[in-house]
Amino acid sequence: MSILVNKDTKVITQGITGAHGLFHTIAALEYGTHVVGGVTPGKAGTDVQGVPVFDTVADAVKATGATASVIYVPPPFAADAILEAIDAELPLVVCITEGIPVLDMVKVKHSMRGRKTRLIGPNCPGIITPGECKIGIMPGYIHKKGPVGVVSRSGTLTYEGVWQLSSRNVGQSTCIGLGGDPVNGTSFVDALALFEQDPATEAVLMMGEIGGSAEEEAGRFIRDHMTKPVAAFIAGLTAPPGKRMGHAGAIISGGKGTAAEKIAVLEECGVKVARSPADMADTLLSVYKP
Amino acid sequence: MNIHEYQAKQVLRGFGVPVPKGEVCFHPAAAREAARNLGDGPYVVKAQIHAGGRGKGGGVKVVQTLDEVKKTAARMLGMTLVTHQTGPAGKVVRRVYVEEGCRIARELYVGMLLDRATSRVTLMASSEGGMDIEEVAAKTPEKIFKEAIDPTIGLGPFQARRVALRLNLEKKQLGQAVDFFQNLYRAFVDKDCSLVEINPLVVTAEGKLLALDAKLNFDDNGLFRHPDIRALRDFDEENENEIDASEYDLSYISLDGNIGCMVNGAGLAMATMDIIQLSGGAPANFLDVGGGASREKVTAAFKIILRDPQVKGILVNIFGGIMKCDIIAQGIIDAVTEVHLAIPLVVRLEGTNVEKGKELLSQSGLNIITAEGMTDAARKIVGAVAAGRGNA
Repeated sequence: MSILVNKDTKVITQGITGAHGLFHTIAALEYGTHVVGGVTPGKAGTDVQGVPVFDTVADAVKATGATASVIYVPPPFAADAILEAIDAELPLVVCITEGIPVLDMVKVKHSMRGRKTRLIGPNCPGIITPGECKIGIMPGYIHKKGPVGVVSRSGTLTYEGVWQLSSRNVGQSTCIGLGGDPVNGTSFVDALALFEQDPATEAVLMMGEIGGSAEEEAGRFIRDHMTKPVAAFIAGLTAPPGKRMGHAGAIISGGKGTAAEKIAVLEECGVKVARSPADMADTLLSVYKP
Repeated sequence: MNIHEYQAKQVLRGFGVPVPKGEVCFHPAAAREAARNLGDGPYVVKAQIHAGGRGKGGGVKVVQTLDEVKKTAARMLGMTLVTHQTGPAGKVVRRVYVEEGCRIARELYVGMLLDRATSRVTLMASSEGGMDIEEVAAKTPEKIFKEAIDPTIGLGPFQARRVALRLNLEKKQLGQAVDFFQNLYRAFVDKDCSLVEINPLVVTAEGKLLALDAKLNFDDNGLFRHPDIRALRDFDEENENEIDASEYDLSYISLDGNIGCMVNGAGLAMATMDIIQLSGGAPANFLDVGGGASREKVTAAFKIILRDPQVKGILVNIFGGIMKCDIIAQGIIDAVTEVHLAIPLVVRLEGTNVEKGKELLSQSGLNIITAEGMTDAARKIVGAVAAGRGNA
């Protein structure tokens, strides 16, 4: 078991003929992901590495029975691509695109209410269930099948945590990158709730960063609703206020969203927090024995 | 992106938000001329820098005569203004704004920003205008009124009225207030703002609402569709290194320490800064080289880091996923050779082809210290900087 994606997940790539879409579609195929189709308006009838291309998401879903979509469309068109996937009632949409205007995402988020689609991202590395399905830009080989759920707001920091786990021979059930933007589809709480329900997940490692209050909400959720052990790391203890640390969402503003505050709340909620990014896996293993 | 107050007022005027008449000036004589065009005094001379708290620092003066306008402008232009937002170094005033004065009956606060918890733009208002609104929010949150805005409908008149009533505006001002708040929201959405702040919004002695100050920030991700806003960028107000970094698509923030960092990914970059501090050092910068760390990007990154005279050592931390470690190693070797690096360099590589990458580094003949894991890397660079080792 796992969450959201597994060996049966059928994926289409929106923006499959662009440089990123093409590159990562090939990597996903090599990993064993069932990429069943692609979408690029005006390119219907062609194929990419044997994967058929369609003009619309609806056409692709109808022809292939796809259950998930991954979006590599450039920022000016990405919100529209998400809306098209929602309209086609795909259960899962993963948006990798970085740099979508936040007000576009405000509209997308609003129009998702009451719809069937779960969105992961945007501006995220994607989601992977090791050995079964890789959707996104993460290097597949660092992962290892196993019992730990991983959820994070960043890309390479997630890889670092996964690598630490795999190096200690601790595998992962599913790893989700939520993305570094202020408005996104899936929150820490959403992912934690799914991990809590997943019989294959025994413990969770979460990596947060400065900005917003998603980590604090996660802490309270863990305290109130989770039986599985959770360890965390929060990046940005040294980040100065008012400066955007790369991610659009990573900013301390109005004295809110500091790493110190997040760590304090998580610890009050009984979550073990690694002080050093080098100790993420070991901190989890101090509260959980595989 | 930030813009000046006078530019913000120009943008808002275009959306029908009432602002005082004024003119931006680069010379004292022009300031006198601008004041003369405004008619009778009083006049307000305001230093234009990208930072708040200008009044307390001597950057805002109310004067009565044209000669005083000229004298005040002469004093402000070229001065270094230090406020709580500029840092101790302050900012040089290169432009002043000369505005008509007004008689103030009440000072209010109104702001708009994205509320991440609700994923909606939110109108915030308070009768405590002119104050530090963060302080008001912390001490007396009940004095701040909020309205979350439905993105498909916009700010409803009933919401604008509700805020106006809570601010105890008079009945004859309700219509003005609804227009004011709705126009402000139109500006926010049409121009992809990330923050709009009118502090203070004043009620004049004549009963008119007026945006006496204005601060607009824009979502960098939305700038591609606003050439008019991009044209308002003032490079003098930005850190030179941060400008150069953005040209290479690098994300760079200058900090106070002496260990330069180069990392791929924002989260890992922050984590690297943190572990340097945990190891007893201090990071000189945040630098995310992004996913595709090409030779050109790595070289540009080294050059930008080295421009900071404080930097006494560099830590490179790359988790090669899609980017292969051997290619990154070659990029580092080329860059180090090109910039004649003379301070300690610690490189931590992990990921695809890591062994090949390490081999390239060790065979390069360059003084590159390799590290295993983040703790080792941080300790090595902190130790090397403390010992003052280097190539030179």
